[in-house]
Amino acid sequence: MKPTRLNACGDWVLDRFPVSKFWNEHMAHYYAPKNFNFWYFFGSLALLVLVNQIITGILLTMNYKPDAKLAFDSIEYIMRDVPWGWLVRYMHSTGASAFFIVIYLHMFRGIMYGSFKHPRELIWIFGMLLFVALMAEAFMGYLLPWGQMSYWGAQVIISLFSAIPVIGDDLSLWIRGDYVIADATLNRFFAFHVIAVPLVLVMLVFMHIVALHEVGSNNPDGIEIKESKDPWGHPVDGIPFHPYYTVKDIVGVAVFLLFFATVIFYMPEMGGYFLEHANFIPADPMKTPEHIAPVWYFTPFYSVLRAIPDKFAGVIAMGGSIVVLFLLPWLDRCPVKSIRYRGGIFKKALFLFVVSFIALGYLGTQPVTPVATILARLFTTIYFGFFLLMPIYTRWEKTKPVPKSLTKDHSLEEQLHAIEEQLPALIEEITELKPVATEIGHPAFKSSFFNRRPNPVGIKNVATRLAKKLIESLD
Amino acid sequence: MKKLIILLLLTLSFGAIANEEIELQSANIDLSNNESLQRGAKHFVTYCLGCHSAKHIRYLRIAIDVGADPQKVLKDIAPEGASIYDQLHSAMNKHDAEKWFGTQPPDLSLIARSRGADWLYSYLKSYYIDPTKPLGVNNLVFKDTAMPNPLWQLQGEQHAEQRKTIYGEYTKLVIEEPGTLSEKDFDLFVNDLVNFLVYVGEPVQLERQRLGKYVILFLLVFLVIAYLLKKEYWQDVH
Repeated sequence: MKPTRLNACGDWVLDRFPVSKFWNEHMAHYYAPKNFNFWYFFGSLALLVLVNQIITGILLTMNYKPDAKLAFDSIEYIMRDVPWGWLVRYMHSTGASAFFIVIYLHMFRGIMYGSFKHPRELIWIFGMLLFVALMAEAFMGYLLPWGQMSYWGAQVIISLFSAIPVIGDDLSLWIRGDYVIADATLNRFFAFHVIAVPLVLVMLVFMHIVALHEVGSNNPDGIEIKESKDPWGHPVDGIPFHPYYTVKDIVGVAVFLLFFATVIFYMPEMGGYFLEHANFIPADPMKTPEHIAPVWYFTPFYSVLRAIPDKFAGVIAMGGSIVVLFLLPWLDRCPVKSIRYRGGIFKKALFLFVVSFIALGYLGTQPVTPVATILARLFTTIYFGFFLLMPIYTRWEKTKPVPKSLTKDHSLEEQLHAIEEQLPALIEEITELKPVATEIGHPAFKSSFFNRRPNPVGIKNVATRLAKKLIESLD
Repeated sequence: MKKLIILLLLTLSFGAIANEEIELQSANIDLSNNESLQRGAKHFVTYCLGCHSAKHIRYLRIAIDVGADPQKVLKDIAPEGASIYDQLHSAMNKHDAEKWFGTQPPDLSLIARSRGADWLYSYLKSYYIDPTKPLGVNNLVFKDTAMPNPLWQLQGEQHAEQRKTIYGEYTKLVIEEPGTLSEKDFDLFVNDLVNFLVYVGEPVQLERQRLGKYVILFLLVFLVIAYLLKKEYWQDVH
């Protein structure tokens, strides 16, 4: 190619700024394992949602007024009078919930495939710090619409600080800047929400990725791809992140956006979970709503808080439920990373943990009843049991041998193809021939399909086989 | 393992038992029905605007969204002296309101989003005579409501009767003195009003759903292209 003026300009910059070095290190020459599956989309999706939140957030601040008298009305102004304001606001409010969905799945992936283990402990710690910063960001952002639930949710959570002995009352007063949630609180939360916490988030994301690219990505088999390299020094089981994973992540982005757009355009309130009904009433310090519930993504931790009878102990437990997550790399004593080669006891424990997390989340949205409290205590015990008993039960684990190199995952097409092949035999098994073939005029009814009827014995056999397979997979 | 799953399912099902509430009647919401919205707007201005504002919407926006001529809206719907650019403000003085009802009547711009259409529909139909209350009326859906029944002339006077069935006791409202509207016409009246309130809660609803189709269609096409691109790149990865 003939050197042109534009190329010369480009070279001038490249000589002085390491764009291509950075690109190669983190994209084109960064080798990632070949066998990333469904669970590996959520890291890039979290980044996408972060960018969405920042851009829509900047647009929202252009019309939002952080003032107790104006905040609520300014949101409605955005929703009605600002061109495309409704879309920007729904993208931001749906994005908040989407962020937590994506992050919870991302964390679950880490637990499932042992991505928090040696040598990736620091990635996990940075990730957990990100999670805490994200919760702070979401909590403070939720006050800004200045609706009833914004107000009273913040009131309840900040009053938790007053449970701390000796300094509690002064501390919560200092946080609020007033004796109740008020204009001063709204202003400082706005400052934290739009600049302080986002800066921390972006910095932590940077550190999270740098740490990841230093040690390399884990994978569903939980083996280190750097241990077997080809003569050129590239991991045998690795492929360059760009273009392979960039094009793959774009597919993930498309699927994610389909869900995201469906919520934004057809169910932005998500039945009162993404935008709570009570938050369409302006904040009123004189009227306490009968039922105060935090937004869905905080409810598991809120349930833990309510499950403990003593307020201070409850606060400790709620904090503890997040702190134990930080300790995960040191609680798990099993040398095998991936759930694929771990023992049945870990699979059962993880299953119970997921059930208790979802159950706590559900209970946190419901009013307190005696039965609900007992259940919340039970699930809180399971939640903590998963972590605190981990040093014990992971020692007993009967693990399976871990392969030296990656196993081949069946692609979606191969799986579909296999199902297609098995289907006739399966239909044969779960149906039986009708004793008398009915003679109906139309030839379509004469096909073999209409001459068969469901066979209870066959269905039972297939169901037992499926159930047995499921139970086996847990051991 | 099996026992464990069954136990968990059982405990969860106990937790799921909902607390009892009065069964709401369902409103028939159709925001594409411009006539219903126009009637609802008229009802709102006649029967609600005296005390309640809807300050987040303007007459002009209503005219545009319900497909009516602005001049006609000004003449038929808006109160005397209102400008087409005005928001739906109430004429009632805040301090008077507090003196008369003990509380300021809330702005109704977002009432359909906080309460829901069915709740509003049932609420407006569930007033009954209760001489023990200062206003002489009470409400089944919203007990001890501070709002007098604005529609009593239309609906007539309802009385609450306790009825017993094998399933337990319930309260039935019976019209004792009929109003100026028949029961069917009154239902339609309330439905139009609630339909309008749902529209006011989020005027952009129909536009949002209309746009959503194109966005999703685009994303589907994008997904297909992205998938083919991925397949092309990955065919040499084994």
